[in-house]
Amino acid sequence: MSTIANSNPTDGGPSRYHARSLVIWARTNLFARPIDVILTSGIALAAVALIWAVLPWAILDATWQGSSRADCRPDAACWAFIINRSGQFIYGFYPATERWRVDLVFLAFAAALLVLLNRRLAGKQVAAAFLILVFPFLSFVLLHGGIGGLPRVTTEKWGGLSLTILLGVAGIVVSFPIAIVLALGRQSEMPVLRWASVGYIEICRGLPLIAVLFMARILLPYAFPPGTEFDPLALAVVGIILFESAYLAEVFRGGLQAIPKGQAEAASAIGFGYWRTAIYITLPQMLRMVVPGIVNNAIALLKNTTLVVILGLFEVLNIVAAGAADPDWLGLHAEGYIFVGLVFWTLCFGMSRYSQRLERDMRSAERA
Amino acid sequence: MKKLTIVLAALAFAGAATNTAGAADGDTVKAIKARGELLCGVSTGVSTGMSTLDNQGNWKGMEVEFCRGLAAAVLGDPSKVKFVPLEFRVAFTTLQSGAADILARTATWSYSRDTSLNLDWAGVYMYDGQGFMVAKKLGAKSGKELNGASICVSAGTTSELNLADYFRANNLKFTAITGSTREQNQQNLEAGRCDAYSNERGGLAASRTAMKNPDDWVILPDVFSKEPLGPTVRQDDARFRDIVAWTLNIIVAAEEFGITRANVSELTKTSTNPEVQRMLGKSGEFGKMLGLEQDWAAKVIATTGNYAELYDRNLGNGSPIKLERGLNSLWSNGGLLYSPPFR
Repeated sequence: MSTIANSNPTDGGPSRYHARSLVIWARTNLFARPIDVILTSGIALAAVALIWAVLPWAILDATWQGSSRADCRPDAACWAFIINRSGQFIYGFYPATERWRVDLVFLAFAAALLVLLNRRLAGKQVAAAFLILVFPFLSFVLLHGGIGGLPRVTTEKWGGLSLTILLGVAGIVVSFPIAIVLALGRQSEMPVLRWASVGYIEICRGLPLIAVLFMARILLPYAFPPGTEFDPLALAVVGIILFESAYLAEVFRGGLQAIPKGQAEAASAIGFGYWRTAIYITLPQMLRMVVPGIVNNAIALLKNTTLVVILGLFEVLNIVAAGAADPDWLGLHAEGYIFVGLVFWTLCFGMSRYSQRLERDMRSAERA
Repeated sequence: MKKLTIVLAALAFAGAATNTAGAADGDTVKAIKARGELLCGVSTGVSTGMSTLDNQGNWKGMEVEFCRGLAAAVLGDPSKVKFVPLEFRVAFTTLQSGAADILARTATWSYSRDTSLNLDWAGVYMYDGQGFMVAKKLGAKSGKELNGASICVSAGTTSELNLADYFRANNLKFTAITGSTREQNQQNLEAGRCDAYSNERGGLAASRTAMKNPDDWVILPDVFSKEPLGPTVRQDDARFRDIVAWTLNIIVAAEEFGITRANVSELTKTSTNPEVQRMLGKSGEFGKMLGLEQDWAAKVIATTGNYAELYDRNLGNGSPIKLERGLNSLWSNGGLLYSPPFR
């Protein structure tokens, strides 16, 4: 089954076969009936008209280089704004000479992820161990510095797209184990554990993230001695984890409840205890089932990270909004928001495509 | 990443433990000196001309520079400021909680805020007020000529109420075209969806700069609301309030006496004017009276320049915003800026 689904793109022969199949495909899908012909050509015309209207503004007449809005043509896009400030939009206030550290952290993350996700590459255990055991320390030491001759870069200097990704990754990865414990706790037969889990989930899920961040900003200083300073990034990460773990826990509970009772009964029949049943029988099946839910949450979380501006952190949206208020670049909100929109769409679409591939792989693995 | 967060959280609490010099016990200066930096609450980089970020990520703007001047007065070093970016919704409570020493965040001084927030305004560094922006080709010279006009205004703001009051008081009619943000109103005006846009004049000037062709638009001379913007401090520390107020006064007085960023060190040595000598620490013990160094005022002027320089660089003709000074001129030029004497 899986061979049929996957054979075409990779071993497709010369393009003649492709071109002919494309014509056949178009005829059956786009031009089968008169109404299809009308709809297809109507949509195509609208698309062409839209591109025709936008292209001169967006590309042809646009300005790509300059140091302020005065260098840009007034009637076309001013991408010089994005290009000129791209370093700030990606790295925040991280010192220019130290930005290689951020690059290195994301390269290491990408490399480990690639090994982990690509079916053809070996060394998955090593990559997983690196990602969970070594990478967090390595990235913190690299980003924060202060030892081994690396200059210290305090967390309020972190910002831009790298901060957005950092918050998203930290939020999901740390919430993951907490959420599993909460989901198991909610189904536990021990009342105290169950009540505690239900209480945590219902309270944290009932609060909007924005309210949690407001409380961190406004109420926390009153609860500590005067003059106490809090690291805003730590507050943001803790707030996001509180919130996200409650949501993920409910996703996991849904998955656990979908597993037939017989599975656990069969496990106990062959002498498995609670933990062995969970680790070897229920959790693996549950995780396979909830991939779409996890990705859905990850996408929502990534977009929620824009709220950390309440703590004074400049993730990608707010650093671009600030850029567009700079007197030198006033009036370029459209360019800024288009850029931010593209960045978020790319990240979210990438996650969604990956989740679809993961589901496909898992389905074929089940059938194999 | 899990470990990273734990380390971060631990770091935050370690920071909390080592830094317990009290700010809320009323001695702000002591806390600032113990900390080694001034915590200045500013906007999240969106307050054009007041607090924004430049291409290199440094803070700039009139309120930013005021805080640098204040740091020069208290700590002797204008670079010892930590800017705390605050959304407007959390600004006043952050100041009250002690997480900022001062708010320089376009906060309008009003009766209810002054009396109910436990905060004080230590003066006014910009007298803003609501006005109109229209197309130059409309030919209007005053808001009173706008009878029957459609006017863009932000929905649900005091601007909307002020606008209705103005037209009712003048027995004129208008149609409100409401937008939700400054950018939206600006685009509505540019697209001809309304004849005029009404907002604070500082905001209007920023909107004008954002237009495709700023020269096609004029801000009418009418000012029909009071929006005095000034530095905000906690009410429990009269000494710190004095320091902030006199930092502002010295900037105004410097313009009156012709002291500039360029000539301040020269005048410190050569000026024969007794008041300038007292201001710059040449005679008397005026620094000690505020608990500051003798040359504190000279350091402030060396940082911000006098008011004319400060305004011109950030809001006036030396900036892209090009807002005329209007009420923000010296009293001797028909404005409202007036410093009590240094005596």
